[in-house]
Amino acid sequence: MLDYTPKEYIQRSALTINPAKTCQPVGAMYAALGIHKCLPHSHGSQGCCAYHRKFLTRNFRDPVMASTSSFTEGAAVFGGGSNLKTAIKNVFSIYNPDIIAIHTTCLSETIGDDIPTYIMSSQIPEGKLVIHANTPSYQGSHVTGFSNMVRSMVKYLSVNSKTPNGKVNVIPGFVNPGDMREIKRLMKAMGAAFTMFPDTSNVLDAPMTGKFDMYPKGGTKVQDIIDAGNSLATLALGSFASSDGAFELDKKCKVPARVLKTPIGINATDEFLMAVSKLTGMAVPEDLEEERGQLVDIMVDCHYHYHGKKVAIFGDPDLCIALTDFAISLGMTPKYVLTGTPGESFENEIRDMFNAAGIDGKVKALGDLFTLHQWMKEEPVDLLMGGTHGKYIARAEDVPFVRIGFPILDRSVHSYLPIVGYKGAMRIIEMMSNALLDRQDRDAADEDLELIM
Amino acid sequence: MKHEIIKKKIDKVLEKYPAAVFKNRKEHVLVNDCSIPEPQTITANTRTIPGIITNRGCCYAGCKGVVLGPLRDAVIITHGPIGCGYYTWGTRRNKGKKKSDEKNFLNYCFSTDLQEGDIVFGGEKKLRQAVTEAVQIFQPKTIFICSTCPVGLIGDDINAVAAWAQNEYGIKVISFSCEGYKGVSQSGGHHIANNGLIRHIIGTGDAAVGKYAINILGEYNIGGDGWELERILKKIGYEIVSMMTGNGTVEELSNAHKAALNVVQCHRSINYIGEMMKTKYGQDWIKVNFIGVKSTIKSLRDIARYFDDPDLTARTEAVIAEELEDITPQLEHFRKICSGKTAALFVGGSRAHHYQHLLRDLGVETILAGYEFAHRDDYEGREVIPSIKEDGDSKNIESIEVQPDPENFRLVLSRERYEKLKDEIPLNYYGGMIKEMPDGSIVVDDLNHYETEEFLKILKPDIFCSGIKDKYIAHKAGIFSKQLHSYDYSGPYAGFKGAVVFARDIAMGLTTPSWKLAVPPWKTQPVLEGRVATC
Repeated sequence: MLDYTPKEYIQRSALTINPAKTCQPVGAMYAALGIHKCLPHSHGSQGCCAYHRKFLTRNFRDPVMASTSSFTEGAAVFGGGSNLKTAIKNVFSIYNPDIIAIHTTCLSETIGDDIPTYIMSSQIPEGKLVIHANTPSYQGSHVTGFSNMVRSMVKYLSVNSKTPNGKVNVIPGFVNPGDMREIKRLMKAMGAAFTMFPDTSNVLDAPMTGKFDMYPKGGTKVQDIIDAGNSLATLALGSFASSDGAFELDKKCKVPARVLKTPIGINATDEFLMAVSKLTGMAVPEDLEEERGQLVDIMVDCHYHYHGKKVAIFGDPDLCIALTDFAISLGMTPKYVLTGTPGESFENEIRDMFNAAGIDGKVKALGDLFTLHQWMKEEPVDLLMGGTHGKYIARAEDVPFVRIGFPILDRSVHSYLPIVGYKGAMRIIEMMSNALLDRQDRDAADEDLELIM
Repeated sequence: MKHEIIKKKIDKVLEKYPAAVFKNRKEHVLVNDCSIPEPQTITANTRTIPGIITNRGCCYAGCKGVVLGPLRDAVIITHGPIGCGYYTWGTRRNKGKKKSDEKNFLNYCFSTDLQEGDIVFGGEKKLRQAVTEAVQIFQPKTIFICSTCPVGLIGDDINAVAAWAQNEYGIKVISFSCEGYKGVSQSGGHHIANNGLIRHIIGTGDAAVGKYAINILGEYNIGGDGWELERILKKIGYEIVSMMTGNGTVEELSNAHKAALNVVQCHRSINYIGEMMKTKYGQDWIKVNFIGVKSTIKSLRDIARYFDDPDLTARTEAVIAEELEDITPQLEHFRKICSGKTAALFVGGSRAHHYQHLLRDLGVETILAGYEFAHRDDYEGREVIPSIKEDGDSKNIESIEVQPDPENFRLVLSRERYEKLKDEIPLNYYGGMIKEMPDGSIVVDDLNHYETEEFLKILKPDIFCSGIKDKYIAHKAGIFSKQLHSYDYSGPYAGFKGAVVFARDIAMGLTTPSWKLAVPPWKTQPVLEGRVATC
């Protein structure tokens, strides 16, 4: 397995090997699915749309609906205007969404298709909407694409109509529907009036009812995104996925933005609830305080399962940042932290955490799993955490592996259960402890196999 | 009458389309009418209409993803932004196991991850550097370069880079201009990959081969299908010179011209190589189908007839008998569960046809079948090829002309034997899907989401065999769906043992208790119990 990855570091400037990111449009498609009755539309070759739908479907095991402009060579030469206009007409008449959210692809970006002009000259039925985001894959990553689509929702839809609604906007970031449900539960428990967008819960974790519904019940209503311009503040969870949308709201509608970590782990969840509390004037309720107490109880009781263990973390930047913070709060040593998404701020933020905790660790943005693997060969870790692609390294190095983040293609149920909030933190501890203890059991001699651990 | 009723139902679905879409789509759908003496025609391999939710992929997917991807000893560098390479990393389940001294790069994904500056100023420099780094780190014998949409647009000369690298490093470096926008589906990419393999690889080796040497074409070893074929064929006494391209290597492919016969499993993706090898090396190809017990038996007998050796024929019959004895009890068990059910199939360029045979073995009738990226010959048979009009999109895919290779051209069959045999076995011929479909069944080309949803409602099949994008749509509607691209991570499904695995999986999917739980008990049973008030 990965037999040709050498221990010796080799300087590379051009070849990416085993990427830790994918392209913008898949993130934009995911974000757009979080609008109620929205059909994401991929403006480019149909292969992009097919790949993105496949990839999201494999991750969520639920239908992912999206249409495409189906470029051929002619469109690549003469521009995709005619394809897009035909597509918009056909989508509304055949699939009848309330809103189409177009994202571009490398192809349409490279030829310079002017989407707003095409939209303006398209036939859009009364009461229907078309928005777009530019998502060239030669910039950023799938997280950037998510962020760009969220910003476009604001740009196209949100309006400050001078009628304050007293709500808090929450941009949840590139997290699972299960996490989005949990964030909503926390907001409800706080007694806060809120709008969360996008919201893929009940879209990509919709129940089986015996009837296929192309537009399931979930997703943020367009009206609520419009009204987000009247909210009292926006909480952007995860700076990479959510801050651009929040600042756009600030710029356009004068809704103040506050950027927080994705609420993964105890500190980030504390910060999130405190922020909600400050904004709404509502005290953190006893129920949530109880949950927090349970989490601390677990952390104290089980610290010896993971304290001092070295962990390598890879995945999307917002996840890595929060997870690194959580690992440190558990007494673990996040030895390596790597994301495929570019961003100096990522490296700085992680380095600050390393310094504060006195950890001699390595961090890299725009990195790949080949680099991570080389690091792990140089100095091994006790645990690897990240998306499914880490399984190759886990096997090659025989290291316990916890699947967390995006994408997870080889295990199920993950998208339904949260990793955010106190409950999510408990789940992460359970996953990590189990992985470490399973390994201890596996490696134990008969006489050392413990019944109670 | 039966046909008219079905046709009416289909028309009702299609009539909801806008006029232009209706006009287009009605040519892609037909109801098979076995009473009509003349051949039935269908439109295929044309553009998908923009806005239609299609299952089709792109040229790159067909070239890198399908045909080249399974070759385990080549470093395949995707030249472009990151997504294309990433999505083809380990996702097609083309298994590969290295032999002792070879290299297997299947767990690796290589990309130039082009950034904005590269798009503006050109990506050739980065590609050269990427190739250099690949050589330094991995020392491969072969590097393939596959281009993506923006690369074609900015005009990077990947051929020049390949030629430079080949010269510089003394290894094989081959470029494939398979930009996603070329052609109308994956199909163009298959063709481009076929061209490259014929031009640069096949015919470059000089290994000695035995008497019953064959190549297996169009077998990608999804879920280990190729290994099951190999097991059976070797047991009979064949030598597999190369498998194209499942668990294949460039090394093996280089000797493919030495084989006596090409055995073609997936016609669509590899028929170009079959035809070109025939012209260049004189090798015949024979269309086989190793999906299904009866069709596997027929395929084995057809191959044996080609060689016409009494020992080989006897050995073939012995192996068939042995294998049947082995699988029949298990298969019979699952057949009882599956029998009487109906299926709708929508897969690739051959499987929608192949699997009808296996389903028939299990007593399951196919009521609808369609291909995602097939051409008319896959539906109607190769006899229609001369009458297929070339359009602008297909002209954009290069069709190369090959000449007989003076050193390696040889004919296995005498003229007389060939003439006789071609009436008995599918020699250099594929008859297409329609002729083997039941009367009244529906054929749909490039089935899209709307049609899937509506046809499932009308036909109510028990099983819907398609891909991952459709799978959960069917499940939500309460119809069991089996992925026939990835086999839902099971397999093998080919050959004798594969038939049992497939039968087990289908039986499992049909009988899993969860289907009965969709309706909660409080919807069907009273929960409020009345109480008589007492004074």
